[in-house]
Amino acid sequence: MRFLFKTGYEQDVRLFQHSGQVVSYGLLALLLFSAPWWAGDYVMSQLHFICIYAIVGFGLMMLVGFTGQISLGHAAFLAVGAYTEALMQAAGVPFVISIACSALFAGIAGIIVGLPALRLKGIYLAISTLAFNVIVEEIITRWESLTGGNSGKHLKPVELFGIKLDTDADFYYLCLALTVLCGLACVNLLRSPTGRAFVAIRDSEISASCLGVHLARYKTMSFAFSAALTGVGGALYAHKLAFISPEQFSLLVSIELVTIVILGGIGFLHGAVLGSVFLIVLPQLIAIAKDFLPSGQVPTGLQAVVFGLILILFIIFEPLGLYGRWLKVRTWFQLFPFYRKGMFRRQKSYMKSERLR
Amino acid sequence: MSFFKVEGLGIRFGGVVAVDNVSFEVQRGEVFTIIGPNGAGKTTIFNLIGLLYPASSGRILYEDRELAGLAPHRVAELGIARTFQNIELFEHATVLQNLLIGRHRHRSTSLWQELVFAPAVRRAEVAHREAVEKVIDFLELAKVRDTLVVGLPYGIRKVVELGRALATDPKLLLLDEPSSGLNPEETDDMAFWIEDIKKHLGITVLMVEHDMNLVSRVSDRVLALNMGAAIAEGTPAEVQAHPKVIEAYLGAPV
Amino acid sequence: MLSQILQLLVAGVAQGCVYALVALGFVLIYKATETVNFAQGDVMMLGAFFALTASVTMGWPYWATILFAVLVMAVVGMLTERLVLRPVLGHPSFTVVMITIGVGYVMRGVVTMVPGWGTDTYQIPTPYVDQVWKLGGVILPVQQLMVIVLTAALCGVLYLFFRFTRIGIAMQATSQNQLAAYYMGIPVRRVNMLIWGISAGVAAFAGILLAPATFVHSNMGFIGLKAFPAAVVGGFGSVPGSIVGGLIIGVVEALAGFYLPEGFKDVAAYVVVLIVLLVWPSGIFGETIRKKV
Repeated sequence: MRFLFKTGYEQDVRLFQHSGQVVSYGLLALLLFSAPWWAGDYVMSQLHFICIYAIVGFGLMMLVGFTGQISLGHAAFLAVGAYTEALMQAAGVPFVISIACSALFAGIAGIIVGLPALRLKGIYLAISTLAFNVIVEEIITRWESLTGGNSGKHLKPVELFGIKLDTDADFYYLCLALTVLCGLACVNLLRSPTGRAFVAIRDSEISASCLGVHLARYKTMSFAFSAALTGVGGALYAHKLAFISPEQFSLLVSIELVTIVILGGIGFLHGAVLGSVFLIVLPQLIAIAKDFLPSGQVPTGLQAVVFGLILILFIIFEPLGLYGRWLKVRTWFQLFPFYRKGMFRRQKSYMKSERLR
Repeated sequence: MSFFKVEGLGIRFGGVVAVDNVSFEVQRGEVFTIIGPNGAGKTTIFNLIGLLYPASSGRILYEDRELAGLAPHRVAELGIARTFQNIELFEHATVLQNLLIGRHRHRSTSLWQELVFAPAVRRAEVAHREAVEKVIDFLELAKVRDTLVVGLPYGIRKVVELGRALATDPKLLLLDEPSSGLNPEETDDMAFWIEDIKKHLGITVLMVEHDMNLVSRVSDRVLALNMGAAIAEGTPAEVQAHPKVIEAYLGAPV
Repeated sequence: MLSQILQLLVAGVAQGCVYALVALGFVLIYKATETVNFAQGDVMMLGAFFALTASVTMGWPYWATILFAVLVMAVVGMLTERLVLRPVLGHPSFTVVMITIGVGYVMRGVVTMVPGWGTDTYQIPTPYVDQVWKLGGVILPVQQLMVIVLTAALCGVLYLFFRFTRIGIAMQATSQNQLAAYYMGIPVRRVNMLIWGISAGVAAFAGILLAPATFVHSNMGFIGLKAFPAAVVGGFGSVPGSIVGGLIIGVVEALAGFYLPEGFKDVAAYVVVLIVLLVWPSGIFGETIRKKV
């Protein structure tokens, strides 16, 4: 069992709270850095996706898990990022600038969505984001002169400072670097006043505003930041698939993104990574399981059923998500044999309507 | 220059007149209490001062400056802090984080600095923590500093609520029923703290309270309300002996 | 010109009635439990499939299949509440919404896996489907008129139910304060289960009314997605609001499909909802959500 004795304020503010964390994150870094050597082509390809979804997951987690807003339309920001990247690369803009622009334009889209969100709460906000997603998807489909409509757009591999990143390993390091940077940005925000303001808005808007938190500014900031990160993910997504078309940014994709956040564990940044790993690994598991089925035939609805069942079972039995389960396991080992069963139990609450007539 | 003045404040909710032409003035450095039976409009006055909703009539002047039309967060930036009757803490954060959010109005770093955690941000964080530690010492919250609020008992939550308001470094502190739900010992502690807030921290306190002992002990002046209108104002002893106040609480003699 | 507009209006109102019924289902559940059921469209789809089976496979007359589908879906709705939603009673509303999304996925997946159903498109034999009514110079399909009449009838029945029965009043109580409702002796969990049953039955009814227009297939539920803007436009906690919202969306869609370029019809509902929310953040008849401190 580890006891943390803090003797200075610096220790509270530090990134790594104790040496154990340095060791474990160091090992993880080593593992990830050496991936091109131990991972096969297929695993490398999946790692690309995991990084991309992790970046989007960070963005969505900041908005949903830490600021308490709802977004059922994040695929729209993904689309903005992806198409910005595609169009700029076609125009010959260097990658560093085009990806910054993906983030910027997605961020602006985030502000556009965030502004009405100031007056909208709960289901009204959810439906607005949903409506935004559908409208953006339709605009992309109809504005054929710009986006190529349903025929989509093709992308060439990333060219960074003159070097073509056209191998799996090159693209992997780019994704990994961006994932780490985005994660750091999130962590830094969370340990500074802005991040605390987000959490305040999540838990009690009224007292947050009575403490000096400018609700409008911070909600919009949260949407913009979340959208900007998603835009970066979108740009990488576009390069990964080398071809983008409107149906890749539909409502179903938005819902998948939200499930990343829920399955991973709302309220924990690690949850974004765990959730995206799970989302990528799940279809592989289903494909493997299909081989064991007696008929050998592939029932089309199975993936949807498994996906839905997992979502339901997780929310009922493990509301803290994958990271929550990891925390419980780790605490069990740390406190052994003093772990008590009710340590992470949620306090039961009864529904009380906040609607006023 | 007056410190805090309310003139002719009134609000109606539909046909119900919740606050009816209430005026009072709070001097700098005093403890001013508003008393009255339930439903007299005391918390509504607080909500009006905090600009949670706009008044139908009247003015609120803070250091001779009209507060109407400001957003609630601007009121906090001017140095007015409040606690809530039903405790509005940030449940899924620790006590320390709750108090640190109270420091928000003293924020000096920009978003871009925070994204990269510049040295300025690090220094500011340490400064915030020092300031918050003083509040923690004052209210003896050190034991629960790193506990999530959701697991704390009611009495401690009230103290955390007070601490969060103090962490904003206010000039005027609005306390909404600070002793409700507290046992006699905790109420005693609360009385000591309010006295210390007035004497050592120099903060003006505007309070709504039911517990007459606490009111008599810490207040300099008292305003009695009934059915949204002011019925008496003066020292605690004067107000408690006032016939209209007795009638409001106990009824008229038959 | 006038006859054209009239025909468009009737078509719009008929489609709007279907949206209104699905929206009504949402609002019933929301009023009772403050939960949003994202699976409502898929419940509708499942109801249509049950009606299909009763009608085609078992050869029952049309009105019997309606009754069958509504009753079966009512049971499915109650089971869903019992198995999936009751364990999460009291969880934050966002996670409950996600659970209903999961339920939707399961329903869609199961429907595509059932041998007789799968991913094909089917038609339910409807008695009045090809008849038309000639009114002056206007040709009105009887099918659309039947939708409007049946919807109105169902709304009337539900209105009487909620206004004059104890269960209706109990539902209003549980929606405002669960703990207090418990203390008053209201069997909250049973009431919630009943509400889900009614809501699912209404959705099944909507599915059957929709079937002649869109045919029965596993992605039918996405039409139910447009009922969300309908419910929001009317104000999410309001029963008359859901009807009004549904009709508005239906009519706007019909007009947009005719007068505006291609593609606007699909997004019309969503544009309308954004515009409405700009002016009325809680919908037209909506209740403001504001915490009392």
